Amino acid sequence: MVTTSNLAYTYPLGKQLLFPDISCSAKEMLLVLGTSGVGKTTLLHLLGGLLTAQQGEIKIGSTNLASLRGSDADRFRGKHIGIVFQQHHFVEALNVLENCLLAQSLAGNKPEKEKAMALLERLNMGPKAYASVKNLSQGEKQRAAIARALVNQPGLILADEPTSALDDQNCDEVLSLLQEQAIAAGAALIVVTHDNRLKDKIANRVILEKV
Amino acid sequence: MNLVRLAWKNSIKRPLNLVMSVVLFGLGAGLISFLFLINHQLKEKFDRNLAEIDLVVGAKGSPLQLILCSMYHIDNPTGNIPIEQAKPLLRDGHPLIKKAIPLSLGDNYKSFRIVGTNKDILALYGAQLADGKLWEKDFEVVIGKAVADETGLVLGSTFHSSHGFADDEDLAHDHLSFQVTGILNESGTVLDQLILTNTASIWLVHDHNEPADTALVTTPTDSSHLHHAHGEDHSHDNSNADLLNHPDKEITSVLVQYRSRTNFQALNFGRNINENTDLQAASPAIEINRLYSMMGVGTDALQSLAILIALVSAFSIFLSLLKSMRERKYELALIRVMGARRGELFRLIILEGLFLALIGWLFGTLLSHASMEWMASYLKDDFRYQFTGWIWLDEEIWILLVSLLLGVLAAILPAIQAAKTDIHTTLAEK
Repeated sequence: MVTTSNLAYTYPLGKQLLFPDISCSAKEMLLVLGTSGVGKTTLLHLLGGLLTAQQGEIKIGSTNLASLRGSDADRFRGKHIGIVFQQHHFVEALNVLENCLLAQSLAGNKPEKEKAMALLERLNMGPKAYASVKNLSQGEKQRAAIARALVNQPGLILADEPTSALDDQNCDEVLSLLQEQAIAAGAALIVVTHDNRLKDKIANRVILEKV
Repeated sequence: MNLVRLAWKNSIKRPLNLVMSVVLFGLGAGLISFLFLINHQLKEKFDRNLAEIDLVVGAKGSPLQLILCSMYHIDNPTGNIPIEQAKPLLRDGHPLIKKAIPLSLGDNYKSFRIVGTNKDILALYGAQLADGKLWEKDFEVVIGKAVADETGLVLGSTFHSSHGFADDEDLAHDHLSFQVTGILNESGTVLDQLILTNTASIWLVHDHNEPADTALVTTPTDSSHLHHAHGEDHSHDNSNADLLNHPDKEITSVLVQYRSRTNFQALNFGRNINENTDLQAASPAIEINRLYSMMGVGTDALQSLAILIALVSAFSIFLSLLKSMRERKYELALIRVMGARRGELFRLIILEGLFLALIGWLFGTLLSHASMEWMASYLKDDFRYQFTGWIWLDEEIWILLVSLLLGVLAAILPAIQAAKTDIHTTLAEK
């Protein structure tokens, strides 16, 4: 369960963004839609604990993420939030499985190879577990990124523009993949995008507008 | 997959960076380690062969050459001296001298020197017979361990010597042959490399049919071409007293051990010889120190070069880490997204610097030991001493520690930069 209230972020140069309150329960999907420049990425980074809000609350479970600082925020992010970025970055020196194990270890969890392998199998990435991340196709990268985001069984999954670079068919596939996996993991899924195709596919949505 | 393993993988999965940093770093560390190895072994050989010899007396010439020739058997003799002149040293009961050991050089067998001397030389170097007995008669020899190993001579073997110090068949004395009566234990001293016999055998070998243009030893000024008068008594008992019966004969040098080193007269003994006689007295301690300080100049220059290489290589580690910071901007941000704290990124980069330095040190150490071993064969030809690359020196731990320190220093700035990674701006700029 994720809820925000009175969330606001002020940039160093003084520009302030106010965000509408949002709420998303476990196994549910929420769409955050908006054109570029309305603060989508900022909201995503606030929800993901990559930025700290000066004002307002972000409740994930019973914790107010907005009140966490420094390494507390780092650990909380690692343990409870999984983020799938638009561009799939990996630790290039590691293979797919090792990237997942690193995510477990950095979150402060014990690296469990079986768990990571089971997840990769579920995403049809089993045969690629030991492949270098550099040699993956675009689709494989996406699934590897989803595996890494899910490996710590986070309560919240954030997806940043997961479909904007894809054609219609792949767009549907990725969306249902995310949804499936979020439900399987019992996590809340928030998709942040400017991709209007998703508007009709997700009922639960928030639209960001220029202030 | 913890930080240490991640740092290790990061270090080894960038082959170009790795090779560059490691080869440079390895050269620096390796050169220093090589200098340690060779200095250590040279010093060890020199020190072990000091054998409490206080003075070497021989013909006038370079004192260092006299020492190198008589104690280390590397250089050629400065010449020979008539027994007549050495009489005071060889006589029993000299108030200052505990032991005086005559040496006569001039022949070799397969480039191992044949030394005419007396039996005291064994005790001087702490050598013992492993097999057989000491020489009793003329042309009986006792050979060192290395001689036995390299030439295949065994008890009872006979061989012809050849003239000079380099193995040369044209100069073989094939009219007379030596016989091996004993083999020494390995003592780690120069005796391992020598063939010992009595002084008279050296005289006898050069007595017959010697080509007129060759001298007893290779120095052209040498006047030691002696002829035994026919019918002379040939039973030599090896003692110094016996040598005194042949005042017209020559020897190469005398190794002298004092009764007391601190005796005031002993301190002046060498100078007296140099000033008042045609002989030369050289002090091993002084000459070897002189040699060390001469070698030291070259060693110092090489050492400075090695330190320079090490610093340049530390700088190259610094640059390659800095460059990889830029290439891995997203990767570092991602690691933080996965829950890493700033301090952990800092540690990650420091660890990478450490690993590069460690691999470089390993490479350098291997390189230096392997090249020492490879050079050992050449050194053996030149110095006829055994060297080895397969020893470990305590100093190498220091090279390791300094290497690791350089690795950390090279990584500090990149690590600070990594720790400062701003996740939001890095990921937002795409």
